[in-house]
This record gives sequence, C-alpha cells and structure tokens, in this order.
Amino acid sequence: MSTSITWRVVRPGIVVALLLGLLGVPLWLVFITSAKSRGDALSPSLALPRDGWHLAANYSEVFTEGRVWKAFFGSLSIVLPSTVLLLLLGAMAGWVLARRSGLVIAVLYAIGISGIVLPPAVITLVLLLRQLSIDGTLTGMVLVYTGIYMSTSIFFITGFIRTIPAELEEAARVDGAGPVRIFVTIILPLLRPVLATATILICLYIWNDVFYAFFVIGGRKDTLPLNLFQVASAGLYLNNWHLIFAYVVLMSLPLLVVFAVAQRRIISGITGGAVK
Amino acid sequence: MIDPAGVTGTATQPPPGRSAGRPRPAQPWWFLAPAFAVLIVFFLVPTLYNLIYAFTDWSSFKTAINPVGLDNFRALLGNGVLLTDLRTTVIYAALVALFQNLFGLVLALLLEADTRLNRFARVMFFIPVVMSALAVGYIFQALLKPSGALNSVLGWVVGHEVQHAWLADSWTLLYVALIHSWKWMGLAMLIYLAGLKTISVDVLEAARIDGAGAWQTFRRVRFPLLAPAVTFNVATALLGSMNSFDIVQATTGGGPAQSTEILNIFIYRTFGQGLFAQATTMSLVLLLVIALMAFPTIWLLRRREQAL
Repeated sequence: MSTSITWRVVRPGIVVALLLGLLGVPLWLVFITSAKSRGDALSPSLALPRDGWHLAANYSEVFTEGRVWKAFFGSLSIVLPSTVLLLLLGAMAGWVLARRSGLVIAVLYAIGISGIVLPPAVITLVLLLRQLSIDGTLTGMVLVYTGIYMSTSIFFITGFIRTIPAELEEAARVDGAGPVRIFVTIILPLLRPVLATATILICLYIWNDVFYAFFVIGGRKDTLPLNLFQVASAGLYLNNWHLIFAYVVLMSLPLLVVFAVAQRRIISGITGGAVK
Repeated sequence: MIDPAGVTGTATQPPPGRSAGRPRPAQPWWFLAPAFAVLIVFFLVPTLYNLIYAFTDWSSFKTAINPVGLDNFRALLGNGVLLTDLRTTVIYAALVALFQNLFGLVLALLLEADTRLNRFARVMFFIPVVMSALAVGYIFQALLKPSGALNSVLGWVVGHEVQHAWLADSWTLLYVALIHSWKWMGLAMLIYLAGLKTISVDVLEAARIDGAGAWQTFRRVRFPLLAPAVTFNVATALLGSMNSFDIVQATTGGGPAQSTEILNIFIYRTFGQGLFAQATTMSLVLLLVIALMAFPTIWLLRRREQAL
C-alpha cells in the first residue's frame, strides 16, 4: 500500500528476517539434529554435528524402530477410505440439503453441521466401538473419522451447491435422467473445486491426528503420528532427539511432497472454499 | 423422514397439473441416509452416551456400571481440577484466537504485494500448517529446553549464558499458545490474503483521494471490510484450540504442575488411568463449554459483519 521508498526497501528485509527466524531456525534444528549422534543431540542446538554426520545411521535406525513403512501404509489405509466416504456421502447429502427447502431440511442441516462446533465424545465413542466389536480396527478408525468430519464435508459442499444454478440438473431431469445418473454425471463433476478444498482439509486433519487415534487404535495399529509418539516416549529420561527429528523428517516428507507439487492448487483451493 | 420406501412411494405419483416429464423429484431423500447414518451412529450416539455415562461409576476396575448421580462432578469440583482445567482451556483458547489472528493478519499485510519473494514466503509460512502438530510440539520442546537453541541464541545476544526453562515457568501457557498460533498462522494468513483481495480498488482509491494515510485506510476501510475473514479465522482458532491436544502433550504434557493441563489432556490422562467416568464427565464439560462459548461468539461476529 505504502509507496514510500524506505518501506519498499525495508519490507523485503522484514520478510526475509521473519522467514529465517520463524521458519529457518525450527526447520534447521529438525534437520541438523537428525544428522547428529545420540550424545551430540542430547541438548539440541543449531550448530553443525560435532562428531560427524549420522544421517544414514539415524534414518535407518528410526525406519526399523518406528516401523515407518507399516505406519505409512496404516495412515494411508485410514486416510483414503475416510476421505472417499466423506466426499461421496457428504456430496449426496449436500445435494439434497442445498436444493430442497423447508423446516425439515433446515433441522436436518443444523444436525448435519453440528459436528463442526461440537467436539466428539471420545470416551463413549470407544465404548460404542467395543459394543460393535470394531475397536482397535482400521474399520472402526475410518468410521470414527468419517463421523467426526462429516459435518465439515456437508458444510462446505452444501454451501457450494447453493451457489451453482440448478438449470443443468433441471434439463437432465426433463430429459428423463434418474437422480443417481444426474448426481454422478452432472453434480459430482461440478463439485470439483469444493471437493478439492474438502479433500485438502480432511486429509490434513486425519493424516496428522493422534488424539482420536490414541483412543481408537492406540497400541494396536501403526500410523505415522502414533509411531512418532512411541519413538519420542521410548527414551524415558533422555530424549532421543536425533531419532525423534529423523522421524519428523520422514513423516513430514509425504505431505510436504504433495504440498510442493500442488501448492498453487492447494492454496487457491483453501481460500476459494473458505471465503465466499 | 429418511425412509426411502415411503419417499419413493409418494414420488412416483406426480401431482396433477405438473408436466409428465418430471416423474420423480431430482434429489431423493434417501441420498441423505448414508451420511446421516454415519453421523448419527459415530457422532451423535456417543454424544448421547456421554450424557448418561458421566453420571455413572464406569471404570476399568469394576465390571458393573452403576448410576452415581452428580458424584463425578462433585469429585472434580472438590479437588479443584474441573475449574482449573476449564480456566486453562478458556485462557488457552482466547490466547490462540488472539495471536493466531494477529500473526496471520500481519503476515497477510506484509506479503500482500504479488512479488516473487512474497509468493515464496506465503508457501513457506504454510509449511507448519501441513506438518503434524505432534511434530511441531517436539520441535518447540527442543527449541525451548534450558539447554535448547533459543537460550543459546539469547546467550549469544546478551553475552552470557542463558539457562531459562521456558516450558517450566509461570508463563508457559502463553508460550504454548504462541506455538499453537505459529502452527496455524499460515492458514489465517491465507484467509486474510483472500479477504484483502476482495476489497475493490475503487474503495481504496476513494480513501486515498480523501487524504487517508496507510494506517487510517487500514483502520477505517480495510479492516472493517475483512469482517468475514475475521469471523472465519476467530471461529476456527477458538474451535481448534479448545479441541487441542497434540501441541500441549508434546511440549509440556500438561505441566509444570498441571498449569497447562487443558481438558483434552485431562481426558487422555484419566482414560489411561482407567477412570472412564471421570474422563467422560470432563468430555461432557468440554462439550458444554464449547457450545456455550462458540455459538455466542459466532453469532456476535456475524452480527458485526452485518453492521459494517
């Protein structure tokens, strides 16, 4: 906004300083500590390794100790089905909630989005899963996440459908297309932008979640955050910072790669969906 | 209402007078069924259970579950945990809502111009949002240790050794809230950037012609026009921090002396001890507090949006 010369020179300087201080320092600490020996990493500092680089040794140790592959596929086998369910079921419900009107719809919509505000009742959720004998299973975890984030999905998708005109569906309906066909061939393709936004947010939440996972599958299945916690809690008195941060690098890589490849779409997806 | 048979029964008969080309309504009711089935079974039923089991003596030490009335509430009020943890949670949420928005807004204003450096910085500041909150917690635990990196940087600046235990002093709750805000400030920044983009150039031009300086333009024109972005950011920050767990667990685990024990930490801890009824009671308290805090806040912010 400001056109004064000094501000134009100072502003990039501030940006660089903030980048270095707020991001460079923490990220450097992670990387450099993951390259140190156990003793060197006991008090994590920004300095270069004193007794040589231990990158290969640390990463291979944490790979086996933290069961990285198992955890990666565990996380994946939870995130993928949850996301598909959330998008598909959310879109189906959102279509009805956006297009129909009346008191019943208003009440259903309020119930449908209640989960955005209300926190899940984790303890009794575990009890319910036990009664259904799916506690500690991936199925149980997938259904729990689907329940927790269904409101988010319904909220975003309903809001989006309300902004698109109904003429296309009307035309298809007059041509005699059934609802399933209209939904699959017309509605779903139109929803691509909002489905992208919802996918990003849902994947971020579920991929990184450890709280609900503790209660539902903790100790029985491997996910990346659960195993990070296990690695971090393994050294009871002395933290194994070199292993913790090697694990942090490994577990962050998949999401960071996805983010690096698709950052433009991710950023426009989030801002496009959130601010209407 | 969601009964598919009943709905299709009425729908196959088009009302008289309507064109025969519309055999069925476009959106059948049963499309709601799968989403609501999952929502009801895995979200609403546990919430209802919460209302029942908070008034029992359910624990891992007994096989039978008996109703005990308000005993759990009385016990948690009696030893002071309920009010202390509640206070901690509310203060934490307020601090996060404040700082996450402040950081996000400052970053958005700083990175508003579409330069190369700014585009790069926007992407970089989004990295913490993508990272796991548990990992973020460990990073800051390492940074803020007495022998950690922050103290060595400070020691280098002031010229003598600094050994302050940041995560064990009386301001720790503030520092943890700052860490939480650091993790999510990139998201707030994006929302504010999108909000700033929607402000029309004409409005800013008019303000400039009227002789408004940069600060005045921001205070009187741009900030009020950001109201929807503020609503979204404050609401998400409040809800996110009330439901927080990972960052606090990874930095302090609720300490020192339980001064950063937010409700979810208590729930996790007591669940681990097998005291299921107490954990359930606290879960119910969290539900009530969030409902009591979030709904009026969102309503207030919405009203402010309309007033501007």
